[in-house]
Amino acid sequence: MAKRAAPEVNAGSMADIAFLLLIFFLVTTTIETDSGINRKLPPMEESDEDVIIKQKNIFTVLLNGKDQLLVEDEIMELKDLRAAAREFLDNGGDGSCDYCKGRRDPASSDNPDKAIISLKNERETSYKTYIAVQNELVAAYNELRDARAQAQYGTSFKEMEANYKDVNWPGNKEKLKEKIDQIKTDYPQKLSEVQ
Amino acid sequence: MGKFNKKKDGGVPAVNTAALPDIVFMLLFFFMVATVMRQNTLMIENNLPFADQVEKLDKKDLVMYIYAGKPSSNYKQYGTEAKIQLNDKFADVNEIAAFIAAERASKREELVPFLTTALKVDSDANMGLIGDIKQELRKVNALKINYTTKKGSVFGRD
Repeated sequence: MAKRAAPEVNAGSMADIAFLLLIFFLVTTTIETDSGINRKLPPMEESDEDVIIKQKNIFTVLLNGKDQLLVEDEIMELKDLRAAAREFLDNGGDGSCDYCKGRRDPASSDNPDKAIISLKNERETSYKTYIAVQNELVAAYNELRDARAQAQYGTSFKEMEANYKDVNWPGNKEKLKEKIDQIKTDYPQKLSEVQ
Repeated sequence: MGKFNKKKDGGVPAVNTAALPDIVFMLLFFFMVATVMRQNTLMIENNLPFADQVEKLDKKDLVMYIYAGKPSSNYKQYGTEAKIQLNDKFADVNEIAAFIAAERASKREELVPFLTTALKVDSDANMGLIGDIKQELRKVNALKINYTTKKGSVFGRD
């Protein structure tokens, strides 16, 4: 006798079940943000000896309670900050920095190693503006590093760092690390915050 | 004469929906994989600011989260000033030290130096609160911090 086929299961409501689950996950999903601006806080212990820094090597950025910017004693718009910071860092006033492309103005910073950006904010400053200013200052450093990496090694700094983190990158990681460190010493990130 | 059968009215044939479950399942799997269940229930408004020079925070288990912002609409009784939230409840600035100590104790000893503090702060909060948090973090020597931001231009879209 012919074997009787098992009756087919009715799968008509599968879509409904799947929809139910789908809607649950849609509602509960929050795409988590896990990126941001990394900073390092200064350690607590105060060193006794005062370091003497020439006034021309400090780039002062003041943020007041009304979110207005005062850069080197002049009012500035946020959109001009990046270019101003770049110009200050890349100035190379004492001529020891042969890769600097700045104006070599003796009244501005000596070299990128000595140049310090000092950021001061008030308690009423909004967090949004503070982050915007931080972002612009970090961008100034990143642009200079990118330009330096492009001139020296033919790739951007961002790409070099991405390669260093990439596990599947085929090149020599130790050499890459050396190059990255070299660029970091060429343009060290010296950003100090006044309390 | 009756040989010319009139076609049935309502002539649109039913669309074949046999592939519908497949499509729905595909979406379902995407959301299931992409979902990260929140560790903390937020009691504050947390509209992060925008920045474009961001670095990714890898190693999620080595991150301590400090939230700050003004209490959300369900917690109006706590006022409208920005507050700190640690682990599902509002906290005072001086509780941060204990929080950091607890987080450090819960991690393996050799990983403690790599711990990063992620500050998830509402963009409308003011810097006084953040200055206090930073001062508190310096006291307990938790120096690596990350201002968590959304990716985008700082100038906004207008």
